Amino acid sequence: MIDILKAFLLGGCICIIGQLLIDLTKITPARIMVIFVVSGVVLGIFGLYQPLIEWGGAGATVPLVGFGNTLAKGVIKEVDKVGLLGIFTGGVKAAAAGITAAVTFGYIMAIISKPKIKS
Amino acid sequence: MAKRLGNQTIILDKQPIILSGAGIVGKKEGDGPLARYFDDVVDDEYAGEKTFEAAESRILRDTFIKALEKSGKSSTDINLILSGDLLNQCTAASYAFRDVDTPYLGLFGACSTMSESLAVASMIIDGGSVDYAVCAASSHFCSAERQFRYPLEFGAQRTPTSQWTVTGAGAIVLGKDGQGPKITCVTPGKIIDEGIKDSNNMGAAMSPAAFDTIRSHLIDTGRSVDDYDLILTGDLGSFGSTMLRDLLSKSNIDLKNKHKDCGTIIFDLEKQGVDCGGSGCGCSAAVFSTYILDQFMQGILKRVLFVATGALLSPTRIQQGETIPGIAHAVLIEA
Amino acid sequence: MKKQISKHEYQKMVDKKAPGSHIVRNLFAAFITGGAICSVGQIVMLVFKNFGADKETVASVTSIIMVFIGAFLTGINIYDEIGKFGGAGASIPITGFSNSIVSPAMEFKKEGYVMGVGAKMFLIAGPVLVYGIFSSVVAGLLYFIWKQVM
Repeated sequence: MIDILKAFLLGGCICIIGQLLIDLTKITPARIMVIFVVSGVVLGIFGLYQPLIEWGGAGATVPLVGFGNTLAKGVIKEVDKVGLLGIFTGGVKAAAAGITAAVTFGYIMAIISKPKIKS
Repeated sequence: MAKRLGNQTIILDKQPIILSGAGIVGKKEGDGPLARYFDDVVDDEYAGEKTFEAAESRILRDTFIKALEKSGKSSTDINLILSGDLLNQCTAASYAFRDVDTPYLGLFGACSTMSESLAVASMIIDGGSVDYAVCAASSHFCSAERQFRYPLEFGAQRTPTSQWTVTGAGAIVLGKDGQGPKITCVTPGKIIDEGIKDSNNMGAAMSPAAFDTIRSHLIDTGRSVDDYDLILTGDLGSFGSTMLRDLLSKSNIDLKNKHKDCGTIIFDLEKQGVDCGGSGCGCSAAVFSTYILDQFMQGILKRVLFVATGALLSPTRIQQGETIPGIAHAVLIEA
Repeated sequence: MKKQISKHEYQKMVDKKAPGSHIVRNLFAAFITGGAICSVGQIVMLVFKNFGADKETVASVTSIIMVFIGAFLTGINIYDEIGKFGGAGASIPITGFSNSIVSPAMEFKKEGYVMGVGAKMFLIAGPVLVYGIFSSVVAGLLYFIWKQVM
């Protein structure tokens, strides 16, 4: 139970940073997403994100920063394992589940549903 | 012969007559304060078609037919259709009128299209080369969102200065003779760009243009705000209207209670979650062609300056770092 | 005719008068929404941990399920409402990434399955992958060099 509360707090706080960026700087949502993923890669390569994951669990892995961190960790792991080639294979290998799921479910959903206006 | 007053204003000699007007809108607009004035409310955003673009064309064509019906004319009596919309290549209008056997001129003035078409048509009728013309404009929330912003289902917040593109169309039948209010004077606007870059703040981008056109019109004609029953701007929204008042007051022009904006009267701003109000060609087109004409018929309004405003926004140029040019055209309607 | 005000002055007038975002409300909504989505993620993780799956499998399965939830809520026309309420709280979790892929795919289906769904699917998420993957390559290269040197 405490894990869920921690995830809630950490995830909420990370989203607050995003909201501050939106409200104060008028950066578009697409750019915010890019900024978060890239910062995840930067934090990940220096191992700075791991403590957050250990404390907040999904509160750290579910936000896009966690996606960036996954890319960075993957690349480090593969470089350790296979050397130079790992630079090209590591990142996407580690993030494969998320990316493939997004493409697959995206395609299926696009086929079975259609956009609606909200009023 | 028509004659020019000052730099911009044209006084019409033959004074074309507004024979009829029609407006058809979407569900959200139909839930708004002007609901009872519209000729029809289309509940389905697809309007029975397969795509939003087709739906917009459908609404535009139905509005055209309705306006003709009300005027007692048939499409063969009409010499010219002047129409436009917000979409690339004026998609909605081109496809709305492809099966109509009448000459067609496509116009792009963004949300100013309705007054642009009235201005052009009345000058042509005044020149004697056309007897009857139809002016029409349309917009659709969904087709505009996908072209200018995000996919409908994308979960982004709307900013407080944004406006809600009206789903709807308006059409006016103009003629050289008949019964109805007359268009007596036209002031085409200049493109004014005061450097606004925020595509979520179109009101601010358009108000300098509205200001410039209104001021030029008043200077050219030597009239004051008191000479009008109403100065009706297109779709500045609540924030754009504030900016217009501020700009005019800097030139010592006080709008008093003579100003209304189609974008703020078509929706209930508090209740309908539309931030600063409505926008889109269909906004001023539908409001003018129904509610305002009705006020003329009832004798409540006798002299109205209709100033539809447009943000000549190009998503491509905005991404290239450019600013948003604005435009506003004024037509004077008298009972 | 002489200009009444300069562009700079006008921009200042606009900035002064423009209605601002309700920042406190927005931050609160982002916190609640983001927190709630991450809690769901945590529950999914805990469930799979209980099945005895190893750490990496749990992480992968969690992201697949979260992506599915985002896609599903988008498909049934709900995720945009969550986004309207929660702002960044809805777009920053991986469910928001999923929403950014599904929403254009749905929207552009009318332009066909290849140039519509296929091409437009990454309209918003494309940059995320481009910059995410590219920066991971740069990171990997730096790490590789650092390893050689040390």
